[in-house]
Amino acid sequence: MEAMKETVDQSLREMRETFASGRTRSVKWRKAQLGAIIEMVKDNEEKMSDVLFQDLGKHSSEAFRDELGFVMRSATTALNCLDNWVVPKKSNLPLLFYPATGKVISEPYGTVLVLSSWNFPISLSLDPMIGAIAAGNTVLLKASELSPNASALLAKLIPSYLDTKAIKVIEGGPDVATILLQHQWDKIFFTGSPKIGKIIMAAAAEHLTPVTLELGGKCPTIIDHHSVSKDMKSVVKRISGGKWGSCSGQACISVDYVLVEQSFASTLIDMFKPVIRSFFGENPKESGCLSKIVTKKHFQRLSRLLNDPRVKASIVYGGSMDEEKLYVEPTILLDPPLDSEIMNEEIFGPILPIITLRDIQESIGFIKSKPKPLAIYAFTNDKNLKTRILSETSSGSVTFNDLMIQYMCDALPFGGVGQSGMGRYHGKYSFECFSHEKAIMEGSLAMDLEARYPPWNNFKLNFIRLAFRDAYFKLVLLMLGLTKGVRK
Amino acid sequence: MSKLEEAFISVIVDRSAMAKIFQMADASNLVTELRRNFDAGVTRGYEWRVTQLKKLLVICDKHEPEIVSALHDDLGKPELESSVYEVALLRNSIKLALKQLKDWMAPHKAKTSLTTFPASAKIVSEPLGVVLVISAWNFPFMLSIDPVIGAISAGNVVVLKPSELAPASSSLLAKLLKQYLDPSAVRVVEGAVTETTLLLEQKWDKIFYTGNSRIGRIIMTAAAKHLTPVSLELGGKSPVVIDSDTNLKVITVRRIISGKWGCNNGQACISPDYILTTKEYAPKVIDALKKELEAFYGNNPMGSKDTSRIVNLNHFDRLSKMLEEKEVSNKIVYGGQKNRENLKISPTVLLDVPLDSLIMSEEIFGPLLPIVTLNNLEECFGVINSRPKPLAAYLFTKNHKLKKKFTKTVSAGGIVVNDTAVHFTLPTLPFGGVGESGIGSYHGKFSFDAFSHKKSVLFKSFLGDSAIRYPPYSRRKLGLLKTLVNSNLVDTFKVLLGLS
Repeated sequence: MEAMKETVDQSLREMRETFASGRTRSVKWRKAQLGAIIEMVKDNEEKMSDVLFQDLGKHSSEAFRDELGFVMRSATTALNCLDNWVVPKKSNLPLLFYPATGKVISEPYGTVLVLSSWNFPISLSLDPMIGAIAAGNTVLLKASELSPNASALLAKLIPSYLDTKAIKVIEGGPDVATILLQHQWDKIFFTGSPKIGKIIMAAAAEHLTPVTLELGGKCPTIIDHHSVSKDMKSVVKRISGGKWGSCSGQACISVDYVLVEQSFASTLIDMFKPVIRSFFGENPKESGCLSKIVTKKHFQRLSRLLNDPRVKASIVYGGSMDEEKLYVEPTILLDPPLDSEIMNEEIFGPILPIITLRDIQESIGFIKSKPKPLAIYAFTNDKNLKTRILSETSSGSVTFNDLMIQYMCDALPFGGVGQSGMGRYHGKYSFECFSHEKAIMEGSLAMDLEARYPPWNNFKLNFIRLAFRDAYFKLVLLMLGLTKGVRK
Repeated sequence: MSKLEEAFISVIVDRSAMAKIFQMADASNLVTELRRNFDAGVTRGYEWRVTQLKKLLVICDKHEPEIVSALHDDLGKPELESSVYEVALLRNSIKLALKQLKDWMAPHKAKTSLTTFPASAKIVSEPLGVVLVISAWNFPFMLSIDPVIGAISAGNVVVLKPSELAPASSSLLAKLLKQYLDPSAVRVVEGAVTETTLLLEQKWDKIFYTGNSRIGRIIMTAAAKHLTPVSLELGGKSPVVIDSDTNLKVITVRRIISGKWGCNNGQACISPDYILTTKEYAPKVIDALKKELEAFYGNNPMGSKDTSRIVNLNHFDRLSKMLEEKEVSNKIVYGGQKNRENLKISPTVLLDVPLDSLIMSEEIFGPLLPIVTLNNLEECFGVINSRPKPLAAYLFTKNHKLKKKFTKTVSAGGIVVNDTAVHFTLPTLPFGGVGESGIGSYHGKFSFDAFSHKKSVLFKSFLGDSAIRYPPYSRRKLGLLKTLVNSNLVDTFKVLLGLS
């Protein structure tokens, strides 16, 4: 550990020196790094796919769609837009201040710490780094030890493609994270669970370090079967694809549970069955298209959730598990008890509870009774319901008639609220996430207003009162002595 | 016993006689009740927000004399400073919010792309919920009500805890807000450490704090327990760099005096803290300072009514200690008079105190202005950058290259060239710190944003459901996905038609 402490000290020292030298501020440098990230992913697509398969059993298509392709697009966007992003924003100043000018400059924070998660280890590492680099910071990445092959590959590749004096990788688990958090960073970006998020924020508080926490929650999916009946097949496909087609439900924006009217529940379940079979065949374990559960510990957690006898009794599809292969079959539950563990913590696995309601309008109250999730999904064409969902619930985001796709839309800020997180990124928001918006005002030495200065008197008081109201005409009258008082 | 001490004691006696002890249950019940009201939708409507803002305007219009009087009791603040820096600024802030609220509340359309086609997207502003505003003692009205304006505009319920170090203002705020604003959504809790600690144990949806960085850390640590986002408006040592090409040094010096002694007598987070200039130019600066200080405050500044007094004995003793330190006390070139009974310290200028002295290590927050001389003005960057990032940094120069270097490389909450402190009054510039000087920003629309969650909303249609999204995965699907991700329409069609 002493050796690790020394490594961290040294890394941080070098990063600070590099930042102080101004190298990372140059747009040319930033673009070179972003280009190198694209190269790195392109050159090593197969290796990256391999480690994602080793760590998570991810199929190469999933790996490309959710991670590699995503990262390349994100870096390309940053590369193409950077010239625009770095331009200072002009601010209009009131006439009273003429000829002063105002603007806001985006300035890098300095040294950034990125702590990423195991479920999308490549994209959740590189995407925040893209933002940090685009904003001109130095970055240190610690990927999750629960995806060791991905972490090792990044630790190997990043130094050979990127500027090692400014961009660093450290591998390790909670003990390394603890050492990192004892140091002072200018910004910390964390993706993971709310429990660890609290620890990170408390550590950051010691140094008044701003944090972005991308956490999770139970993302509900509302199915208003009345208004989407003719597209129900699509609905079921999208939900199935979103739940089981992306890291086996181990995603912060995965569908956690479904809300539907009681009268439709059994029809719905019957519609899921053939879809799941069409995706994964008769034996999903051998399909090669279903990611595995990341570790034994996580497997045991899911096992425990399902082994609650009342929950077990609610299984209507699937339920089989294989600890050796870290496999949990796509499983559907019908109305597990609302006080069971599975209905009170983020599932993060391929188990889908369906909760029935008498009337779909009750879904709003149901969602509100739980902590704010990262995403709310609603399949409905009912305008009224849409409005109610938007105005009465709170979540990081809301997506109508699809799932997960909001992640791909880089014009939308991606982040949580309440228990699901603070801060946001993607696209330009990534750039802003890692920038301090510095206000600059430039005044002129040519003119001066006597009224600004003591000794105070009534004239000056009135002058300033009027000035503050932008009451220019009255101001002129005051100065010409044509008016004395000011109506308060 | 002085009149002042008598007055203080009578205030304390009155308050404890009337005050109910604020306990844990009170804090918890308060939050529960407010959360219930928030969930019921009390604060969401445009009309409600406008009504509250208009009532705040009435407070400014009808109660200015009482506000000025309370500020005079608490801080000895001159009427002009109270009227202008507290009431008038607030009035402007409220009017701006009233004028722009509809715009601020409106959703913003966002662009979608080929990967999300066909879809439409927007960003909706929604209130965070139950918000805690903890304000400071130096501009007790401004720093209490301005964040409350932001919280209300954004549709939140608010609890305000004003500073106990400005008791008359705290009391008046409690009275006025109770009288005018909707009690189901806006409350004031008066008190000190105990009450603040009890409040901090509750779960808030946002905490907005103005004060020092030591308490800032405590607040953020408490917030972390509930994953509550925070805005921390802290302070620091705001440097003023004076270039010798400002031959209009009178203006330069006046603006410094205005920002320093004219702003609550240096007890402001953005007051010029210390000056950096060349050894050569320093005597001219000192001469100009002496001349203008006398013009502003007369040759008996201790008797001038145009500066606030030091807020209390604690701070007076803190500042005295700074002045009396060895190697500092002999560097006073102007002023240095103190009167503990009246809590007055005259405008004081010092020349070349040791860089590791107390006065150069902590935020001064008082009427003492050290001048640090350099051989070469370029050295200012080394001095400033070796210290924690301040809330503001000031530069007086006509040299374009210097301006550019300064604004680019000095990291501070905000930078003003050729003036001091005025950027505080501009609602179009975000006001906030960085590093030790704070997290987050506000003023104008930035206040609305500080208390809002920007929710992303994506509306997708059922048109065009492509099989490539779903398992079973195959090489062909992978190929199509790749072209889609690269958003190349031509390639996409080629793959779809099986041509590549």
